[in-house]
Amino acid sequence: MNVYVYDGTFEGLLSAVFEAYERRVFPDVLQAEGEMLPLFYDQLVTVTTDSTRAERVWRALQKKLSRAALGIVLSVWQSELPEAPALLFRYIRKAVDASRSPELDFGDDDVLRAAQIARRVAAERERVIQFVRFRKAADGTYFALIEPKYNVLASAVSYFRDRFADQLWLIYDCRRRFGYYYDLQDVREVAFREEDALCFSGKAADGLLAADERLFQQLWQTYFRSISIRERANPRLHRKELPVRFWKYLTEKQGKQ
Amino acid sequence: MNEAVLEKVRVLAESAKYDVSCASSGTSRAHRKGSVGSAAGWGICHSFAEDGRCISLLKIMLTNYCMYDCAYCINRRSNDIPRATLAVSELVELTMEFYRRNYIEGLFLSSGVVRNPDYTMERLVRIVKDLRRVHRFNGYIHLKSIPGASRELVREAGLYADRLSVNIEIPNEQSLKLLAPEKDFQSVFAPMRYIREGVLENEDDRRRFRYVPRFVPAGQSTQMIVGATADTDRDILCLASALYARPTMKRVYYSGFIPVNAYDSRLPALKQPPLVRENRLYQADWLMRFYDFKAEELVDDRFPDLDLEVDPKLAWALRHPECFPVDVNRADYEMLLRIPGVGVKSARMIAASRRYGRVGSMQLKKMGVVMKKAVYFIDCRELPVKTIQELRPERVRQLLLPKPKVKDDPRQLKFDF
Repeated sequence: MNVYVYDGTFEGLLSAVFEAYERRVFPDVLQAEGEMLPLFYDQLVTVTTDSTRAERVWRALQKKLSRAALGIVLSVWQSELPEAPALLFRYIRKAVDASRSPELDFGDDDVLRAAQIARRVAAERERVIQFVRFRKAADGTYFALIEPKYNVLASAVSYFRDRFADQLWLIYDCRRRFGYYYDLQDVREVAFREEDALCFSGKAADGLLAADERLFQQLWQTYFRSISIRERANPRLHRKELPVRFWKYLTEKQGKQ
Repeated sequence: MNEAVLEKVRVLAESAKYDVSCASSGTSRAHRKGSVGSAAGWGICHSFAEDGRCISLLKIMLTNYCMYDCAYCINRRSNDIPRATLAVSELVELTMEFYRRNYIEGLFLSSGVVRNPDYTMERLVRIVKDLRRVHRFNGYIHLKSIPGASRELVREAGLYADRLSVNIEIPNEQSLKLLAPEKDFQSVFAPMRYIREGVLENEDDRRRFRYVPRFVPAGQSTQMIVGATADTDRDILCLASALYARPTMKRVYYSGFIPVNAYDSRLPALKQPPLVRENRLYQADWLMRFYDFKAEELVDDRFPDLDLEVDPKLAWALRHPECFPVDVNRADYEMLLRIPGVGVKSARMIAASRRYGRVGSMQLKKMGVVMKKAVYFIDCRELPVKTIQELRPERVRQLLLPKPKVKDDPRQLKFDF
């Protein structure tokens, strides 16, 4: 059994592909650094991440795959699922080996699985766009917290950049501890220290919020309650469309129900 | 803006909620410098109410005072409900502030008819114009066109709104006359025609001139109430399919009748809103729009109503056993779409992947085909299941009906742990 250990980055993964083709030895197990090695193995290859090599693999993929399929590769990586790196390795290998792009061969387990994961990641990105709720701070910045299941905030930034181009905003991924801040010119990646992040998570103190922020929250909550038709109440559908994991930061789900 | 608006929002949202439409799709507009917001062509639902319906737009009425007395409507003038009117500044501020907080995609503005249709329509148009021109609102606006409004006002509204809609409510004119004596089909279809003509003229102009503002880029929609009159599904679907055949009609919504005015003897007494029937109508609507079905295939003289127990596609398949079983490795895409249990996504996947090799039943299952249904309708050598040809439609139907919950047999002895 051959074990490849890489540094856990996307570049590292692409370098591992290069290394495998160079050695003509393909891994049975692909592991990030620091993970527990299996008890028995024949060969251990530690991949050094090399950006030129990674670039070459990516360029080869660009030749083989369509833009949509490259998007699938990136989405699967964003999913951060434990199975993702090995799945991507096999997917890339199939793409490199095949004479024509395998991206539409949904009879193949890996291709189908990658497409399915990509669809779920795209849905999560959509949910971020749907369920981000800005609160207006006293200094006029609109800020929002969210905890998406997959690492999709970066791909959703283009939407917020376009839509809210004339207001200052900050969106923070509380699970991965980073966010994006827009200063009317550019979007910057930001990260807060633990204690700073605390001061605006949860129930922000009234002093930090703009004067009319509470009123608009109340208005939205009132609207949310009155727009639903009691005779048609359907809690199951409600929870399916508006997953409970987002409720924590949803304005309409705060306050008295 | 103050606390008094809270009560107004409550009253006016309560009045607006029976309008089903909430789509924000159909227009793509990037942000423009100096304006606020953008429009996403695929539509975004920002929240979901506790009845499971999406909240995409701020669906609200300008006022719920109304001079009409339509039996099916909560806002009829003889109803004793709290009434309110929003000031223009309040409505504009609500929209803008909600929008900036990513609560909504835009505004869905409707109104009760005050004084006369033109007076009401003019007020609506003025607000939308204000939003677009003064406040530079670039988000989505859905405007209700008041039945009986004049051509000029509809034309003006179309310059600012993304979508206009006029509700038919009742699918045939006699029933409409009975329930809403002040309305007729003419007052509903005339604004629809104005919108259609406006869009077609605009398309023509855009071909010839360089800078022409768009007219109702997201087309129009309408709504029909289901279960308030004796109309069959055939009446409803045939009317819907006739509407879809005309250009610019993007969506027909079906609204299961909720007895809001139970005291009115012209209305049927319902225990619950006909939600299953409404669901079947939406399924049929989808079949017409995405699966290439005709209304006459789904409902005809023999079956004027959709089957409530099985979905319309399965019902069609059971009525046409001669079309099955289908070989998924050979059949046309159109035929794949007609297999119960195969949707648009899986049909596309099948059509794409069979070019690489044979598609087997395991792969179908993984692609998301509902095999429980599909097995009786596909030709699959590896499955030990008899198809509809051997089993006959009656038996397949029996097998696919939801099983009634088994009650405990009193003869069965049980231990009390």
